[in-house]
Amino acid sequence: MKGLKKQIDRIRPQFEPGGRYEKLHSVFDGFYTFLFTPNDTSRSGVHIHDANDSKRTMITVLLALLPCCLFGMWNIGYQNALATGLPTNFIPLFFYGLFAVLPQILTAYIVGLGIEFVVAQMRGHEIQEGFLVSGLLIPMICPVETPCWMLAVAVAFAVIFAKEVFGGTGYNFLNVALVTRAFLFFAYPSKMSGDGVFVSLNGLPAVDGYTGATPLAQLASGTPGSVSITGVDGLPVSAADLFWGLVPGSWGETSTFCILIGAAILLISGMASWKIMISGVVGALAMSFIGHAWASPLYPITFVNPFEQLLLGGFAFAIVFMATDPVTACRTSTGKWIYGFLIGAVAMLIRFYNTGYPEGAMLAVLLLNCFAPLIDWCVVESNVKRRTRRLKSIS
Amino acid sequence: MKISKSLLPLVTPLSKDNPVIVQVLGICSALAVTAKLEPAIVMTISVTAVLALANVIISALRNTIPTSIRIIVQLVVVAALVVVVDQVLKAFAYDVSKQLSVFIGLIITNCIIMGRLEAFALNNRPWPAFLDGIGNGLGYGIILVIVAFFRELLGSGTLLGCQVIPQWCYEHGYANCGLMILPPMALITVACIIWVHNRKAS
Repeated sequence: MKGLKKQIDRIRPQFEPGGRYEKLHSVFDGFYTFLFTPNDTSRSGVHIHDANDSKRTMITVLLALLPCCLFGMWNIGYQNALATGLPTNFIPLFFYGLFAVLPQILTAYIVGLGIEFVVAQMRGHEIQEGFLVSGLLIPMICPVETPCWMLAVAVAFAVIFAKEVFGGTGYNFLNVALVTRAFLFFAYPSKMSGDGVFVSLNGLPAVDGYTGATPLAQLASGTPGSVSITGVDGLPVSAADLFWGLVPGSWGETSTFCILIGAAILLISGMASWKIMISGVVGALAMSFIGHAWASPLYPITFVNPFEQLLLGGFAFAIVFMATDPVTACRTSTGKWIYGFLIGAVAMLIRFYNTGYPEGAMLAVLLLNCFAPLIDWCVVESNVKRRTRRLKSIS
Repeated sequence: MKISKSLLPLVTPLSKDNPVIVQVLGICSALAVTAKLEPAIVMTISVTAVLALANVIISALRNTIPTSIRIIVQLVVVAALVVVVDQVLKAFAYDVSKQLSVFIGLIITNCIIMGRLEAFALNNRPWPAFLDGIGNGLGYGIILVIVAFFRELLGSGTLLGCQVIPQWCYEHGYANCGLMILPPMALITVACIIWVHNRKAS
């Protein structure tokens, strides 16, 4: 490490103003602070500095994503084995999944970070770390069969139009990963839903009774009143399978168990807001009970038990990793309760009554992202009003 | 390039004072008719014709119209012209007029037309007013055609209805971007044009 530091310090002057590679200063700075802790301090005034910075925040969130990510990789292999009747040994399954999604992860990182680097150079900014998490989140919320070029187009669109035009990391009002997902869904619907994209068959013939549809899609289009769903091998799937995540789906979000581990890491380290998570679950349950109480054969999914609704689809993933994104969520305490509750309720509302597209969590989070500043404004204004009234009553 | 002063009303709306990307008028129809190139071109011609003729008529009448009822007079003139255009399209280009549906009728409410009548035709002689009408119509049309070009190319893989993206690409996994033919991408495409335009202007 010492040798590396020496080398870097040797080439450093070339990147300083006046040096030969002055233009590439932000690239140098990005790599330098990635490798070493900078010991620059401010020279004037008194500053309070938190031990936590955005690099550490991003790393912690990545750590929280890791259980879902690793499980998702294994699950890709497992679903493939179930669908084609291959043996289910742990190691080959994991590596099958790893190699299936590695190109997607690399694509997302190269395209996204590439754009961030270029924009940082053009504006003379430092390179921000915001994309470290988005780059892993994006493949995880997409079907395993998503072509890499589509992912690249969508990532480029999302990073430029949802983030860089507003000023880069920390200024985006929409969640970048979800914008990518929404772009893919509306631009290439045939590759983002249906029976053929959630299970990687690898060209092998499928077993009898095979279905590649996700549980949520099966429920949304199933016969009214029946709540039976089948796995890829045609055998019924239980609520426990849904909880552990042994079902097809966008590969990172199937396992509620791993999402709970991630949620615990986020909450213990204080990265995510427990208020948003709790109120989101409460909102979803409230809406589910309402939907269940007036269950209608027109909307088959309303017949599902409200608690099971939480295990289905991308809801749990969205509420833990997407809704709690500190940049796009509400900042005020009361606002967080309202924001989370509405995300849960709207997600379930879309799931129940939009049978064409039951995965409402993505749209719910994006919708509430737009309303978050308004909610905050109302909360702050009502505080101001209350205090003005109190002041008047005293004087 | 030196442009004679008499031609200025024709030239400035094309880029420097463009009605869509600088004055941000007529956005509604720019979003609605640009999913395909053909309706965009027909819309351009219709708007240019209506705008030029309305400008000339109002300009010729400018000294006789009482100020208090000028909006009504303008509307009557524009409405009459729009009905003529609508009938011509129905007679000679029925398919396109079906595609454009209500938007031909809505030329009456196009902000560019009322804007030019109020701002230019009421204060100028008929010939400059005619040039101004043509210039603004074309300025509107340029943007429409650029937006429609990208939306049709990327959204449907065709231009003017002919397939331009080779079948070979589709066989190797290329797919049309369905979002391009939805309204949001029209807004974003217009935004990109404004972006490039501002960059060049500054």
